[in-house]
Amino acid sequence: MRYALRRLAFFVGTLWACVTLNFVLPRLMPGNPALALLAKFHGRIGGQALKALEIAFGVHTHESYLHQYIDYLRNTAEGNLGTSLSQLPTPVSQIISNALPWTLGLVGVTTVLAFVLGTGIGIIGAWRRGSWLDNVLPPVFVITSAIPFFWIGMLLIVAFSLHAPHLPSNGTFDSTIIPAFNWPFIVNLLQHALLPSAAILITSIGLWILTMRNNMVTVLSEDYIKMARAKGLPGRRIMFDYAARNAILPNLSGLAMSLGFVLGGSVLVEYVFNYPGLGFWLVQAVEGEDYPLMQALFLLITLAVLVAVLLADILTALLDPRTRTAR
Amino acid sequence: MSSALADDTGRAAVTGEPILQVTDITVEYATKQGNVRAVDHVSFDLGRGEFVGIVGESGCGKSTLLFAIAQLLAPPAGLAGGNVVFKGVSMVGLTDSQLASVRWKDMSVVMQSAMNALNPVTSIGAQFKDAMRAHGVRSKTEIADRSAHMLRMVGIDPTHLRSYPHQLSGGMRQRAMIAMALLFTPDLVIMDEPTSALDVVAQRSLMVQIKELQAQLGFSVIFVTHDMSLVRHFSDRLMVMYAGQVAELGVTSQVFGSPLHPYTRGLMDAFPSIKGERVPLTGIPGHPPDLARIPDGCLFAPRCPKVMTECETTRPPLYLVDGTQVRCLLYADGSTR
Amino acid sequence: MASTELSAGLGPTITPSAGQPHAQSGAPPSRAREAATKTGQAFLRLFRTLRSNRKASAGFILLAFVCVLAAVPGLIAHDPPRAEIYGRSLGPSASHLFGTTVYGQDIFAQFIWGARETLIIAVVSGLLSTALSVVMGVAAAYLGGVWDGGLNLVTDTLLVIPSFPLLLIIAAYLPNSGVVVLIAILVITGYSYGARQLRAQALSLRGRDYLEAARVRGERSVYIIAVEIIPTMTPLIVATFLGTAVYNVLFAAGLQFIGFGNPASVSWGTMLYWAQNNEALSIGQYLWALMPGLGIAILGASFALLNYAFDEIGNPALRPVRRHRVKRPR
Repeated sequence: MRYALRRLAFFVGTLWACVTLNFVLPRLMPGNPALALLAKFHGRIGGQALKALEIAFGVHTHESYLHQYIDYLRNTAEGNLGTSLSQLPTPVSQIISNALPWTLGLVGVTTVLAFVLGTGIGIIGAWRRGSWLDNVLPPVFVITSAIPFFWIGMLLIVAFSLHAPHLPSNGTFDSTIIPAFNWPFIVNLLQHALLPSAAILITSIGLWILTMRNNMVTVLSEDYIKMARAKGLPGRRIMFDYAARNAILPNLSGLAMSLGFVLGGSVLVEYVFNYPGLGFWLVQAVEGEDYPLMQALFLLITLAVLVAVLLADILTALLDPRTRTAR
Repeated sequence: MSSALADDTGRAAVTGEPILQVTDITVEYATKQGNVRAVDHVSFDLGRGEFVGIVGESGCGKSTLLFAIAQLLAPPAGLAGGNVVFKGVSMVGLTDSQLASVRWKDMSVVMQSAMNALNPVTSIGAQFKDAMRAHGVRSKTEIADRSAHMLRMVGIDPTHLRSYPHQLSGGMRQRAMIAMALLFTPDLVIMDEPTSALDVVAQRSLMVQIKELQAQLGFSVIFVTHDMSLVRHFSDRLMVMYAGQVAELGVTSQVFGSPLHPYTRGLMDAFPSIKGERVPLTGIPGHPPDLARIPDGCLFAPRCPKVMTECETTRPPLYLVDGTQVRCLLYADGSTR
Repeated sequence: MASTELSAGLGPTITPSAGQPHAQSGAPPSRAREAATKTGQAFLRLFRTLRSNRKASAGFILLAFVCVLAAVPGLIAHDPPRAEIYGRSLGPSASHLFGTTVYGQDIFAQFIWGARETLIIAVVSGLLSTALSVVMGVAAAYLGGVWDGGLNLVTDTLLVIPSFPLLLIIAAYLPNSGVVVLIAILVITGYSYGARQLRAQALSLRGRDYLEAARVRGERSVYIIAVEIIPTMTPLIVATFLGTAVYNVLFAAGLQFIGFGNPASVSWGTMLYWAQNNEALSIGQYLWALMPGLGIAILGASFALLNYAFDEIGNPALRPVRRHRVKRPR
């Protein structure tokens, strides 16, 4: 119980740190960048939006930092994330809610796939120690995991988009098709998602494979595996109940944090493929100096990682009795 | 090697048909520098209800020998020769699934540290259960009853079936492991230093418990340890190993009473008696040979107080002296060859 | 590795771990020299073990390749990388091995010259990040108490926050800033993982007996840390550097790809920026985009291979294994 509370406190604490970072950074930078920004947009936004912006960046206000901070916290908590400066007059929350499903679909599904496949391959690779699979896997995937996500994307574009089979490399679906819940549309969606998905899969799967395999190898040299063999237990049972269950444990929270890395890499994949998810908009916001949008996206992405970490912790507590009784 | 000799001695010392016949077992480790021989042509027989102790210093190959017998070797270790016949069936070369029917039901294993030998994420009861289910016991009540019964036999309250390994004390964990090993009342229990992780008091009580269980259930024991005093009081026969070879093998009281091999004698001298007169503590100078580069001649020669010139060039075979096997050129004459 | 000495009787003997100092005889040498010698010895040991590892050799070769490019670019590429004097968007030919950009620059020259800045960014940020990790990690472990808690909180929070988005945010507030700022933000966002690992190891070393002995001798904490703890941690420190270097290569490239750092400079990341901006792929100038990416991949892969070789050395169970064949007895 106490463990869960501590983790929850850390969760909330990190979120708070992000919001505070969002608040503090622009004020720290030489020559408050927001000032220049507001000069640029003066007259184009009014009323509430302008007020929110001023609160967020502490411009034209004679209130103390503390006061500004509290107002900002309140705004964020209420979901009042401001207006996007690059997509005037659309509110930030709308852009986010439009982008979220695309990222969940692309990055979410692909990451789950990469994780399941990668972990499975890692388990099998470790189980078959000394086979060609086990000797070839590590070097190959060490290399693939060090390759930039977006470069793989470019390679895929050159190979499969500019040449046969001419898979689409731009956007989520053809502009000529009307979105509807029918088969042609879904196929079109999948076609557009194929290359970006492959880019993410190829680069991130190596990470899961290697960490799982390494953990499995360490676990397989433990005495309780020998004991399980001595008991005459069937091989598959040993592999899953004894080896994999123990191997996955030290890694669950590490895996959750790797999600942060994958999310980071997918930002550029979305950019290269013009796939309008959270990452794509983040780059747009950064290039367009759209601070409200940028801050909100940063917060959201961090939230996603934190949720993953929290889930991983809960899972660890469920699977590992030692954490439950300790402390 | 005089392996024929070993067989004869083995069977002669055993009442009735031996349940285990180990013949010329040789284990090698594959390393970058070539194969290293960790166990070199070890042979012995084991009778029903017999307790055989195997002693030697760290790295002499005794644990490797145990795993070779139990067919639990894993790469880079591999069986390079020899045979293990258990209850008339040759075990070498069988796959895990072929061995499954024999494992645990007829031969079980107890390891050194229960904390490492028990799955840390499942309860004791679950581990008992999966051993039983792997051998066809399906009924929940039977599983529960037998588990509880075995725990009670080793003096543990059956409520601990629900506990996890880290929740038990060291002594309790070892006893739980022994209980698990006896689930099917096997004919042979192989023990690899089961008491080394315990304090002296717990060690004694565990040994006494093992002997009681042996008397009750009638299983044979192969017991590996580095603790001479422990093995002296509890074993019928004793095997002393050095650098992967059998140095001496015979009835325990005889080996202790009149040790033949200079190594054995050195070991005895290192454990002074409490009741005897005070003698300066002597050890055996030097250290065991690097198994990747074994010398010619007797492996113990560099450290032997009784070394002779021929010891450095001739590998001594096993000689039989008054029913004890000994690998030493001192007995080359005046013994049955 | 330690040998099993048998001095008297049987039984487990105390095995000294690698890196433990031998008894000191005579006048103690100067602290700095002692620290340097010990660290030097640790490095030598590492180097020897790495030589026999195939992955490490491969990693070294790749890294050496990039280093050569960075050291003597002029010897390999004869054209100036930035001069916009050639025909525009030319395909690969004998005079322009990789073709030219839309601005008329020779891509091959850019590729060769670009190695230098990319390598420098990776190495410098890696070194600084590792140094910061060492300081933060060891300080937290050694000071303990409130300091430990505080430093840890900062480190753990930075660890959880996804690095690339954070990098983007910080970089967004600093447009048109140069390589120095790029390195600075890479270091700040990247030190946390290493700090955590080093702290863990420093903590475990703290309790060891030979450190107690040093304390009893009256040595000051700084001495203990510098001469006893840090040399022992050399393998982990090197591993941290290698791991951080991989990420720094990727993140620096990512940032430059979007236009941070100095787009006017010649590095593989900025090449990618200009290629993407000018839709190099759509106009058929594949090499413009693919070659710098390949360079980055090579550099990243070299660090990753070396890092992995390190893991294998530290954990022998991970090393490649040969299947030992079982001979059936007749």
